[in-house]
Amino acid sequence: MAVLEACDIHVRFGDRVVLEEISFAVEPGEMHGIMGPNGAGKTTFFNVLTGRVKPSRGEVRIEGEDVTGLPSHRIAARGIARSFQIMTLFDEFTALENVEVALPEFRARGFDGRRAAVGDRGFESAARAVLAEVGLAEKAGIVAKDLPYGDRRALEIAVALAQRPRVLCLDEPTSGLGSDGRARLAILIARLKGRLSIVTIEHDMEFLFGLADRISVVHWGQVIARGTPAELRQNAWVQRSNLGRLQ
Amino acid sequence: MKTPPHAEKLITPAMLVLGLVLATVPLWISRVGLYPYLGVEILIWSIYALAFNLLLGTAGLPSFGHGAYFGIGAYAFGLTQFNVAPSLWLCLAAALLAGGIAGALVALFISHRRGIYYAFMTIAFGQIFWFVAIKSHGITGGEDGLLKIRRLPVDLGLVSIDLSSNTALYYFVLLAFMLAAVGLWRLTHSPFGRVLSAIRQSETRAAHLGYPVRLYKFAVFTISAALSGFAGGLFAMAQNSAFPDVMSLHYSGYIVMMVLVGGGMVSFWGPVVGVVVFLVARDVIGAYTTSWMLWFGLLFIAVVLFKPEGIAGAVQGWWRQLDPRRLREGARLSQVLRG
Repeated sequence: MAVLEACDIHVRFGDRVVLEEISFAVEPGEMHGIMGPNGAGKTTFFNVLTGRVKPSRGEVRIEGEDVTGLPSHRIAARGIARSFQIMTLFDEFTALENVEVALPEFRARGFDGRRAAVGDRGFESAARAVLAEVGLAEKAGIVAKDLPYGDRRALEIAVALAQRPRVLCLDEPTSGLGSDGRARLAILIARLKGRLSIVTIEHDMEFLFGLADRISVVHWGQVIARGTPAELRQNAWVQRSNLGRLQ
Repeated sequence: MKTPPHAEKLITPAMLVLGLVLATVPLWISRVGLYPYLGVEILIWSIYALAFNLLLGTAGLPSFGHGAYFGIGAYAFGLTQFNVAPSLWLCLAAALLAGGIAGALVALFISHRRGIYYAFMTIAFGQIFWFVAIKSHGITGGEDGLLKIRRLPVDLGLVSIDLSSNTALYYFVLLAFMLAAVGLWRLTHSPFGRVLSAIRQSETRAAHLGYPVRLYKFAVFTISAALSGFAGGLFAMAQNSAFPDVMSLHYSGYIVMMVLVGGGMVSFWGPVVGVVVFLVARDVIGAYTTSWMLWFGLLFIAVVLFKPEGIAGAVQGWWRQLDPRRLREGARLSQVLRG
């Protein structure tokens, strides 16, 4: 069964149709890429998947269960984590604190006002393990806003990973990264793939085609093509777009 | 607010020092030209300011009608004393509860709002409570206030301590202040406090981490209002009366000014600094001119313009600049503390 599924999603903002009949399914361990031009509705689609936007029609399901219209915190609690195109870290927290607050066991104790959060060995060791995974082990104590850009991107992914999600939704994870950063990220994603499902919006086609199992091309709020990277290379629209130039 | 040193401790060295210094106040306050009752006022407003700053500084929620809960606590203290039983514990519990209930009621209506809308709603509700307090003459005494509220003795079963002298009351209020400070310090640095701080930094992100943001906003508003009500109860006892003026918009503005001038946005103790500066300025500048508020207002503008992080923020900054070695030691210390 698909971990995350969207059926026949329509979204309108006023009289503007943003998404039309989008259907989509992510299988366990799959990496599914979403590409398309600016304004195609990719981020809106992410917002539907993660509960920020309620679709005017259609259904979102997590492991077969209908979650359409649930608030984002409920969807997150069911194992859908996301990163943002515009980074939203907790800037005043250290890297460690950012990750700790994302842990499910931290959330379970979120209303606990009687013990200290600082110095809790359980939270700390779990958070350090996640930081090590994204290569930030040495920077646990640095306040997020003082981290260099690449590290902030990595931290953003660490925060999503700390939630131990079933599906990781990444909204343009390479944006603003140099080639080193991209390479680092590609290694990380390749390692994560298989352990969990990943949905990625991405403009960098080389990056996407190298990693994704399947790719959906979104244009004017519709899926105009879908398939494996090999299949899509034959697709007329994809050939007309950037990919042709890259090759 | 960054996580300060000793965040994991229940009682910090700073708290002990502050407690000891405050305990000596009745010994010297008259000699420096001030008077013991000012100490009582400072402590009560400090409880109120710390409670207010849990909302503003930690959770980032601007409440510009917070005087309402302080005032409701004051009335609850008086009314319980007159109509239920003249017991100190009961009256203080009533003040806490009344503030909390009023806060919870308002929080139900505003917790889904953000930013300026949130702020406006708090003003509107604050004004409603203030108006009701003025108009329900039969209960609150209207603008004449609720008079002849007694300073009830501290009844400990075997012994009973009289609080009618300002010095005795000062030590009782100091105890209440220390308890409130310890409780709020712990709360601020607990998982709950961390989530509140996360919500201040990004509500959206907090929601996508699975936190029911509205519920947290509801909870923190209620706690803050309850503790403000408690401070209001102490205030009614201290001044032997309860008036609607503390519920008015400009009194609600005072608490905002105290907290911001003191540095509540960057420091847990900032609000206390702000209260001391505000009330001492009122008396010292007020001795020379009736328009002391003009001067304090100018100070407020200066702080907002040049040191938006307040007095506590400025002191922290100077402290760091003072000695580069200390800076390095401080960094190492905080590394050690963070493990």
